[in-house]
Formats: sequence, C-alpha cells, structure tokens
Amino acid sequence: MMYLKAFLVGGLICVLGQILIDRTKLTPARILVLFVCVGCVLGGLGIYPKLIDFAGAGATVPLTGFGNRLALEVKNEVDAMGIFGIFTGGIKAAAGGLTAVIIFAFLAALIARPKEK
Amino acid sequence: MRTDEQAQKKYAAMVEKASPKSPMAKNCLMAFLSGGLICAFGQFLQERYLSFGIEYENALLLVSISLIFLSAVLTAAGIYGKLGKYCGAGTEVPITGFANSVVSPAIEYRNAGLIMGMGAKMFVIAGPVIVYGTLTSVVVGICYYFLGR
Repeated sequence: MMYLKAFLVGGLICVLGQILIDRTKLTPARILVLFVCVGCVLGGLGIYPKLIDFAGAGATVPLTGFGNRLALEVKNEVDAMGIFGIFTGGIKAAAGGLTAVIIFAFLAALIARPKEK
Repeated sequence: MRTDEQAQKKYAAMVEKASPKSPMAKNCLMAFLSGGLICAFGQFLQERYLSFGIEYENALLLVSISLIFLSAVLTAAGIYGKLGKYCGAGTEVPITGFANSVVSPAIEYRNAGLIMGMGAKMFVIAGPVIVYGTLTSVVVGICYYFLGR
C-alpha cells in the first residue's frame, strides 16, 4: 500500500513539474529551485511532513522533500541554539546529500570520459 | 502482403487511439510513471534500511545517498541523460535528477580543468538550488524564531 502511495504522490509531484515545463517558459533549473523553495515553505508551515506521513518516499524523494528537510532542520536548530540556529539549520540539513553528490560527481568525472562532440 | 499492410494500418490506428492526444499529455504520463517508479524504489530502499534496524532519519539519508549513487553511475554510463529525453520532469524532480544535474557537468567540463572546469561547473544548477533553498530556510528560521515557538 505504501508503495502505491509513494508511486502516486511522487508521480504527481513530477507531473506538476512537467506541466510547469510544458506550459511556462521555466527551465528545469528554475523548476528545481522553485520546488526546493516550495518544499521548504510547506515544511515550515508543517504541511509537508503530513504528506510524508501519507506517502513516505513519494514525498521525500522529490526535491520538495529536500526543501522540507531544510525547514525541519532550521526549526530543530532554532530549538537547540536559539537565534544562531537560523544560520546553521539549512546547510546542516543539506550536508549529507550534498556531500554524497560531490563525492560521486568527482569520482564519476575522474572515471567517465566526456562525450565526443 | 496485402493483409500485412492492412494489419499495419490497423495497428497504427490502434496506437493512435491508445496514445495520449497532445505531447503534453504524453509528457505528463511519462513523468508520472518514471517519477512514480523512482519514488516507489526509494520507498523500497527505505523499508529495507529500516528493517536492518537503521534509525528513521539515517535511513532517509541513506536512501538519498543510494539514489544519488545510482544516478551518478547511470549518468556516467550515459543512460540517465537518455532516459531524461523520454521522462522529462519524471527524472528531473526526484533527487536523482538533482544528482544528475551535478554529475553531468562535472564529467562534461572535466577537461576544462579540475578547479574552474569540474569544480565550478558542477554547481551550475545545484548552486542556485542551494542558494535559494538556504535563503528560504533562513526566512523559515526567522519566522519560527519570532512567531512559531
């Protein structure tokens, strides 16, 4: 059941992105920026965590889920260290995924050959 | 021969009838299926990791790392880019698409140098995502600090 929910919700979030790409002049880069910001705001408002309760990875795997993590961590940090948490929460939430991306991108670039044009 | 032709025409008509009318409907269908599959796979990984006794937060991080790793492998093999042509937002919006947006320019600009080539161009899309994501998180943090607690 959870798989079905993850499939449906995750798929629908992607459809939202596709509609934006097809209907507006937004480039994929802008869509990704938009999705992270929207996820972060919805996370801040406490709405996105409810979607995660419902759909699991269907809500955490799309980039909106990444935005949501930023919001949750900034709240945690503000709880833990007051006003300084505003400065540490966002990047702290991004740290794990970001470091993984950097490591694998670096290794991939060392191993793979660029395409001949 | 004649029946062959007829069969082909009939098949073409069936395809016509079965396939969505506009390119947008088709794009959306592909995005839905591919994006949904990636998320369902993420759900599969999450449940496996949880069943190994990994804590929830760490399991989520491990799912992200796993998907990023797979995306990097598929990108390096030139497969992710090809999938992207058919799947559109379905392969862009999940975290695998974010990883692809970093790995792909890293590979492409490697010959332009390790610092200003690979090192800089890696973040051509991820950079803005991090900048605006962080700024939004700061706004959320300010609101939470003054209003939310």
